[in-house]
Amino acid sequence: MKYIKQFTIILSVTCVGEIFKYLIDLPVPGSIYGLILMLLMLMTGAVKLEDVKEAADFLVEIMPLMFIPAAAGLLDSYSMLREMLLPLMIIIPLTTCLVMFVSGKVTELVLKISRSGEEKDA
Amino acid sequence: MHEFFAESATVGVVISFLAYYVGTLINKRFKLAILNPMLIAIILVIVFLLVFDIDYDTYNSSARYLSYLMTPATVSLAIPMYQKLELLKKEPAAIFFGILSGVLTSLVSILLLSILFGLSHEQYVTLLPKSITTAIGMGVSEEMGGMPVITTASIIITGIFGNIAADTLWKLFHISDPIAKGISIGTAAHAFGTAKALEIGETEGAMSSLSIVVSGLCTVVLANIFAGLY
Repeated sequence: MKYIKQFTIILSVTCVGEIFKYLIDLPVPGSIYGLILMLLMLMTGAVKLEDVKEAADFLVEIMPLMFIPAAAGLLDSYSMLREMLLPLMIIIPLTTCLVMFVSGKVTELVLKISRSGEEKDA
Repeated sequence: MHEFFAESATVGVVISFLAYYVGTLINKRFKLAILNPMLIAIILVIVFLLVFDIDYDTYNSSARYLSYLMTPATVSLAIPMYQKLELLKKEPAAIFFGILSGVLTSLVSILLLSILFGLSHEQYVTLLPKSITTAIGMGVSEEMGGMPVITTASIIITGIFGNIAADTLWKLFHISDPIAKGISIGTAAHAFGTAKALEIGETEGAMSSLSIVVSGLCTVVLANIFAGLY
């Protein structure tokens, strides 16, 4: 019974997210609306953590596997990628490193400022 | 064999699971960042398809059931986020500015490199959403007149790269705070990166999940402005 209830809730919220996508003309997928909705429902207590936890943990744990079919699809798009291959092989790693560096450092910097403010308060 | 592949509802899923499982075994045995389970799994599947001369579409006719789970799994990322809600409420400025700075870095660096490489406008807008989650990125690319297939491929390559390189980059850049680790990988490498973050810790996973949502939505807004710049 536990899993029936948990999957029912998760899939229903997912479906409502898809309805949002259908109604709102933005390039935002149903999964993002569903994620926000699920978070709001947990925050307001409309859904309790123990009503979704095990099924959600299961889905999140096997998530890396879900990328494999799409990634194997690179095989099919290779012919289209070929003409841009050299710039892609430079632009992708370079920008990814830059984004990790800047976002990580900015986060640490703002954390440091807010934490030192707290110490003064205390 | 091709007929069986086309009719079976499980064979593509089984191959994907087996490939990933073998990937985790190899990763445990050698403990090298480059021997990443996801990368090994993707290579094994591609090699398998090439060796047995099986069309990607034939493999995907059953493997796509695995992809279907992506939507409820993304919704389920709300659960690790909720479990770290106190932290999200406590450090909103660091989280917001961390993600926004990453989104801007991505857009500006793609703009500059596109100019440097002399890419066409079409190629430039194709690359703009490459750091965000596939479903949003494809939509953004299409709306701006890009090539969604190449956008998807770029997003996937970005994700694989981020997933593999994260540990090395954090060490290299001296990023050690769990919040900063989660934000950086989620903003740079979307859901693929989040899979990595969830393996390392609850805080990293929650922050990375949040980054998928916030960086995705910021990019929807900002990509339109950047599309007009080149």
